[in-house]
Amino acid sequence: MNNHLLSINDLSREEILNVLGTAAELEKITSGPTKKLPTLRGRTVVNLFFEDSTRTRISFETAAKRLSADVINFSAKGSSVSKGESLKDTAQTLQAMGADAVVIRHGSSGAAQRLADSGWISASVINAGDGTHEHPTQALLDAFTMSKSFPERNGDFTGLKVAIVGDILHSRVARSNVLLLAKLGAEVTLIAPPTLLPVGIDTWPVRTSYDFDESLESFDVVMMLRIQLERMNNFYFPSEREYSRRYGLNENRLLRMKNGSIVMHPGPMNRGLEISAASADSSRSVIVDQVGNGVSTRMAVLYLLLGGVPLSEVSS
Amino acid sequence: MTYTLSGVSLANGEVTNVVISGNSIVSVGAKVDGEVIDCSGLMVLPGFVDLHTHLREPGKEDSETVLTGSRAAVKGGFTAVSAMANTSPVSDTAGVVEQVFRLGKEAGLCEVFPIGAVTVGLQGEKLSEIGAMAESAARVRVFSDDGKCVSDPLVMRRALEYVKAFGGVIAQHAQDPRLTENSQMNEGEVSSRLGLAGWPAVAEEAIIARDILLADHVKSRLHICHLTTKGGVELVRWAKSQGIDVTAEVTPHHLLLTDSLVESYDPVYKVNPPLRTNEDVLALRAGLADGTIDIVATDHAPHPTEDKECEWSAAAFGMLGLETAFSVIAKTMVETGLMTWGQVSQVLSINPARIGGYARQGQEIAQGSLANLTVIDTTAHWTVDRELLASKSRNTPFHGQKLPGKVIHTIFEGVLVVQGSELTGMKHE
Repeated sequence: MNNHLLSINDLSREEILNVLGTAAELEKITSGPTKKLPTLRGRTVVNLFFEDSTRTRISFETAAKRLSADVINFSAKGSSVSKGESLKDTAQTLQAMGADAVVIRHGSSGAAQRLADSGWISASVINAGDGTHEHPTQALLDAFTMSKSFPERNGDFTGLKVAIVGDILHSRVARSNVLLLAKLGAEVTLIAPPTLLPVGIDTWPVRTSYDFDESLESFDVVMMLRIQLERMNNFYFPSEREYSRRYGLNENRLLRMKNGSIVMHPGPMNRGLEISAASADSSRSVIVDQVGNGVSTRMAVLYLLLGGVPLSEVSS
Repeated sequence: MTYTLSGVSLANGEVTNVVISGNSIVSVGAKVDGEVIDCSGLMVLPGFVDLHTHLREPGKEDSETVLTGSRAAVKGGFTAVSAMANTSPVSDTAGVVEQVFRLGKEAGLCEVFPIGAVTVGLQGEKLSEIGAMAESAARVRVFSDDGKCVSDPLVMRRALEYVKAFGGVIAQHAQDPRLTENSQMNEGEVSSRLGLAGWPAVAEEAIIARDILLADHVKSRLHICHLTTKGGVELVRWAKSQGIDVTAEVTPHHLLLTDSLVESYDPVYKVNPPLRTNEDVLALRAGLADGTIDIVATDHAPHPTEDKECEWSAAAFGMLGLETAFSVIAKTMVETGLMTWGQVSQVLSINPARIGGYARQGQEIAQGSLANLTVIDTTAHWTVDRELLASKSRNTPFHGQKLPGKVIHTIFEGVLVVQGSELTGMKHE
């Protein structure tokens, strides 16, 4: 693996499978009464969050702590960073503190790459979501969840039919998932109103559809994306009610999904908008599993990037 | 002072001697007089004229001043620049344009023509005192809200009409504001992947189309700033075929760079209007070669380091241009065989002087003409080093690139302000 994880493009197919395999192994090791491994003892992981995201921050924090790393949470929102202190100054501060890895969440697309390429910092940079660009660890945890949900496939994604539904235009989760699933050979369909599909999407390795009902029965995975209500103000769709009716996962649609298929959502959900409560809580839903899988996947990423003590030594 | 540029080529390839005395050319031919500057192997062209320059003074002197911008201009072979109105305070009164004009005179390196704002504070709502600026010592003829579009069709119509009284021209920054809210880069395949909000070609073309029709309706003169799209070129081509009085410019960077550079997320490539696709680049080159696009203008936009040393969305729009413009044209238009040096002289000097009404510029290289000249080495190559630029800022997208064509001497009103590619320290008093 490279020094950084900025985009799914940084990973080969083999490296993706290695992350998923490592996540499975770590999950097994830490499922016992002792959840903690000494593998990253003495290393420092900084969670640098320019945007609020309690879920992602806690997930990375838990992952780092289970590997015995020291964790510093740097919430830059509302601090000197929001105006005045630059990304550069913050990076240099973290460098001076001896950070080994920086997990960055930022509202600006490309911020993680900027941090990694700038020469301001020598730590590994892990992109925990940059603007509307990518969220690579989310895609990895989603793939980990899918591989566990279809154990009969033995990690083979070829021909797995995945629908991603919602605000593709602004979704970093969708971008990372499209790249990752294409590398693993899954068949991805993006479903959204035309306003929420980016211009240029015809070059992506996906199918697109404006109609959620068209081939709903064919999907193995239906991944719902959070819809942000402020999108309405820019005329992306006329009303919550209409969006929910045309693109929400309601009970009728849930009933039409094929046997063995699963429902995913990166969270946080707008229950009653893009997903009904019944769908979110149904037996098809693996949404809660995604959260747990997030910790194992992020442990795997930290472990592989920071090159900790080999797992064969710590598990014995 | 009398001196001779000896053995110098004209654009047509003829080798001759050019004798300069005072502020004029006194002889073109066999005669040699005064100090002899050996120019064998070099070419002399009328001094370049930039119709679109941001000199940042008053108000943003940390990025450029009229003096540092003038230095950058003459190092790039320009003997005239046009200072855009988005200063602080905005150049929307006779007082501010006269200040810029006076600063240009004091710098004494090239002519500095202030451009007046079309609307008060560039707000697009109320016409600024265009007539007062036209009658001021600066004698402003070009008006622009550059950086912002005069988007209200009624305001644009009135501005076009009003400047007819003194032969002025409105230079439009064509950008529909609603279609480009928060936009960061060209909207297309690259923006879809990078997750950066798109600046669609249609936002430029819709304004160009509207303004062409307005200019035709009121029979006034329209200049389109920094054309960037294939569709825009086609609109201007159509307008000219209809005899509508429209001129257009293209920047050097839009002739060479494409939006794929944004993949680095390096804000040195952040510019407004944005870098477009290769198809657009080729259409712009073709449009410049066939005369649809009249001129090259730099849109030289200096920014301090901290405004580019940050994440993409926080960075300022704009690139330096004065010191690299000529070489980029040599690369994109002459090396490719699309243009001759004579045509380069048209688009970099003669046409912009005509559009701006800059009578002392773009004159024929002949006895009796004013000595505003640029001597270039068409065979030399050089590597752009941002640390060696005369501009106060460093935001060139060409850093590290090897480019053809080098400016050797620049002569302003007879004064050798640049000699051997270095500032001489001399100025026109």
